[in-house]
Amino acid sequence: MSLHAILGCIVVQLGAGLIAAFVARQSPTRGVVYGTMFAACAAIFGLALATLTGGRPTSTLVLPLGIPWIGAHLRLDALSAFFMVVVNLGGAAASFYGIGYGRHESAPQRVLPFFPVFLAAMNMVLLADDAFVFLFSWEFMSLASWALVMANHRSAGNAHAGYVYLMMAGFGTLALLLCFGLLAGPDGGYVFDEIRSAAPAPLIGATVLVLALLGAGSKAGLVPLHVWLPLAHPEAPSHVSALMSGVMTKVAIYGLIRIVFDLAGPPAWWWSSVVLILGGWTAVLGVLYAVMQHDLKRLLAYSTVENIGIIVIGLGLALAFRADGMLVPAALALSATLFHVLNHALFKSLLFLGAGAVQSATGERDMDHLGGLIRRMPTTAATFLLGCAAISALPPLNGFASEWLAFQAILFSPALPQWGLKLLIPSTGAALALSAALAAACFVKAFGITFLGRARTAAAAAAVEVDAYCRWTMILLAALCVLAGVLPGLVVDALAPTVALLASGAQLPVQASMPWLSLVPVEAQRGSYNAVLLLSFMTMTGFLAAFVVHRFASRAVRRAPAWDCGFPETSPAFQYTAGSFAQPIRRVFGTLVFRAAETVDMPEPGSLRPARLTIRLRDVVWEYVYAPIASLVSVVANRVDHMQFLTIRSYLGLVFGVLVALLAGIAVWP
Amino acid sequence: MIGDLAAQLGVQLGQMTLVLILAPLLLGWVRRIKARLLRRRGPSIWQPYRDLLRLIRKEAVLAENASWLFRAVPYIVFAAIWVAAALVPTFATGLLFSWSADMIAIVALLGTARFFLALAGMDIGTSFGGLGASREMMIASVAEPAMIMVVFTLSLLAGSTQLSSVAEVMQGANVGLRVSLALALVALVIVAIAENGRIPVDNPATHLELTMVHEAMVLEYSGRHLAMIEFAAALKLVLYTSLIACVFVPWGLAAAGEGAVAYLGGIGSWMLKMFAGGVLLAVFETSVAKMRVFRVPEFLGAALMLGLLAMLLLFVSRGL
Repeated sequence: MSLHAILGCIVVQLGAGLIAAFVARQSPTRGVVYGTMFAACAAIFGLALATLTGGRPTSTLVLPLGIPWIGAHLRLDALSAFFMVVVNLGGAAASFYGIGYGRHESAPQRVLPFFPVFLAAMNMVLLADDAFVFLFSWEFMSLASWALVMANHRSAGNAHAGYVYLMMAGFGTLALLLCFGLLAGPDGGYVFDEIRSAAPAPLIGATVLVLALLGAGSKAGLVPLHVWLPLAHPEAPSHVSALMSGVMTKVAIYGLIRIVFDLAGPPAWWWSSVVLILGGWTAVLGVLYAVMQHDLKRLLAYSTVENIGIIVIGLGLALAFRADGMLVPAALALSATLFHVLNHALFKSLLFLGAGAVQSATGERDMDHLGGLIRRMPTTAATFLLGCAAISALPPLNGFASEWLAFQAILFSPALPQWGLKLLIPSTGAALALSAALAAACFVKAFGITFLGRARTAAAAAAVEVDAYCRWTMILLAALCVLAGVLPGLVVDALAPTVALLASGAQLPVQASMPWLSLVPVEAQRGSYNAVLLLSFMTMTGFLAAFVVHRFASRAVRRAPAWDCGFPETSPAFQYTAGSFAQPIRRVFGTLVFRAAETVDMPEPGSLRPARLTIRLRDVVWEYVYAPIASLVSVVANRVDHMQFLTIRSYLGLVFGVLVALLAGIAVWP
Repeated sequence: MIGDLAAQLGVQLGQMTLVLILAPLLLGWVRRIKARLLRRRGPSIWQPYRDLLRLIRKEAVLAENASWLFRAVPYIVFAAIWVAAALVPTFATGLLFSWSADMIAIVALLGTARFFLALAGMDIGTSFGGLGASREMMIASVAEPAMIMVVFTLSLLAGSTQLSSVAEVMQGANVGLRVSLALALVALVIVAIAENGRIPVDNPATHLELTMVHEAMVLEYSGRHLAMIEFAAALKLVLYTSLIACVFVPWGLAAAGEGAVAYLGGIGSWMLKMFAGGVLLAVFETSVAKMRVFRVPEFLGAALMLGLLAMLLLFVSRGL
């Protein structure tokens, strides 16, 4: 039943996109489109949540659409329901925000038709139950988001970002196409049920894993396939950036889980080691890139890369435990992973919406042109601060809860029999801890440079708070971050059906039955965490201290110029900037990872020329992976260029030659 | 049942008060020993109390552009560190609050305090504040993973991340000498030195020096706000000393519910350990020189590697 209702909502989304294409320039369209999207997403959210928590059985549907005689297979199970909750929560937030934020759009006809289609395509990916629907919706999602990235196509760098994104999206879909081709086997069983019932050979399974990592990983932003993400995500309008970073990467994670955990058959133990290594690198490199940025939205995009790394580490742990039959730790790792999926959707949407608020209030994305916004935009600042604290894994917020569960899962890993994993998992744990600590540094920088200090430009000094739609969206998301952090047990309970589906029925103990609402992953003796108590203790002790001091000592306050060791600085340019804040971390990690080099150009004595400090960061991945491919392509293209100008005889000869070669190939094929 | 709970709550609140009362004393003790080692007479060991009292009574001078965050942070930092200190077994294990959070949460609570203190350093928009904040986060970005590695090592040995369980396991007879434990101890001591801003990482007694970290962050604070931050720093020193003591010299710790006599014995042995730790810290601090800031990551990197090695040894062997 709920499957039909969800499908109805998706049809509404598609229809809204179609209508918006014709009337996008009319001013009431904006409110109607975003309002409809909000309602549709909220409805799907409610239906999916009811499916997840209501214990309803899996429902399937075959529509007479698409390929003749095959039709379109749709299916709603616990896994797709969970991701549908995440996607539509983010979608509803972005739509509601869009009602207010869309006012600043210079070209609404470039956003309004594609926004609903993008949402519909993501929902369709989650519902797909055969390879055709999956790939079609996946490609639809890519193209719709590409169109949204290109919305401000006249700004510098936008065309480049769109181009790289399109290339990577095409590559990813190609990998997934081959992946499903292998899974379907020679008989072409493209319906997921047929794939599930046919266990692939070990070699095929391994190739499927690699192709799934390439296809879904490139969409999610796994290093080294992440290059498009920090280019494309910031270029879109901010509520679309929130969708792309907070939600679309989760659809990619869904694709990875669906293929690796559900379709590819029983995993071999070494699969997990590939996944763990990729995840560890992604987490550490992503956050190191993020610390170095001075564009607020690009910093957030790189931080998405980091969080995808954390999620993939969790998946790797779950794979390792499942391959060795340790189902309870596998369930724990999966709970941590899915919890982090939800958390990242919440706080990354919140942060991107906050960055959008800053951008619409000041016209700036560069942190070095901002500062002091906490005094001009109090609501945005407070919610952004909560988002920063949550993503830095600080208790008692939600980021810490999922990170804590992941650490608990790591502590089960000495029981794994394979030596490779025994050596790999401690290092992965170190990578996880390192990325968490660096994330805190990154978000101290993001909040500190943007919102604290003194305004660096006139635009920042004159910023005004954004409208009520934007404010309430951010408040709601921040409240959800607190709620999920304080009551993590409820989230873990809600995840139980999905976890059971993926971990062959294993479940964690029911958290709602724990005394004092504690989070107890396996048993209280191994470790427990009670965020409610922690939050109430902190609140009580903080207020107690403030009360005692104000009541019994002094409450006098005097405002005076800043002390600054007796040398007050006149210009706001004396403040630490994004670059100077990152300098210590750049010196510690950057020389190794980015080949960072600083050159100081001092003028000779007497010269009035300013001194210059030049910092060069090299993107190793781009230089060693992408640049060679690009130059190879251009070399080959130059070589074969003359083939454009052949006579018709030569073309026919070529076609004939290729045909003979192919037939010969088939003839000698074993 | 209710009476039992009230008794447990009373013991826990007593522990929190005791930690609060004794925190400045440890600071005064360390300063006194250091002064003696330098052949100065040094201030009385009660001096930190007088300093705090003086600061609390003064009016707070705020910079003209200080935001609400700047005024809230001292209390947030104080609350986070006080709660973290309440979770560490000082004189007894298994107190009421100790089950609400484990070692990972203690590390993260200290991270919360650091996060907000670094933000407060950037609030006024002076270069000193930014300098302190950026260096503090750089140090933390290596120290925190090192600490997590130590936590992992201890939890793998004890089969639990709860600090009380770890302390109880370490009190037992069948722990023995392990290479992992020795490595973890060294790593933990290095992290403790860095987190408390002691020599050779930072110098708590200096101002106006290009190498300062913590002091640069809190430069704009005065009056009661400064008092709360100094108090929190003193609490943090007690927290780390108690943490090292309860894991590596757990003798004399009372178990929950053993009664007043056991608790009194626990308090006695805890204070002895605190004083011994203070002496060791003072001796160490007087015998080394302050490092350049960019030597610090190497120092802490050693802790991270030792922690990782300790954990790896536990993964690959049962006997070490």
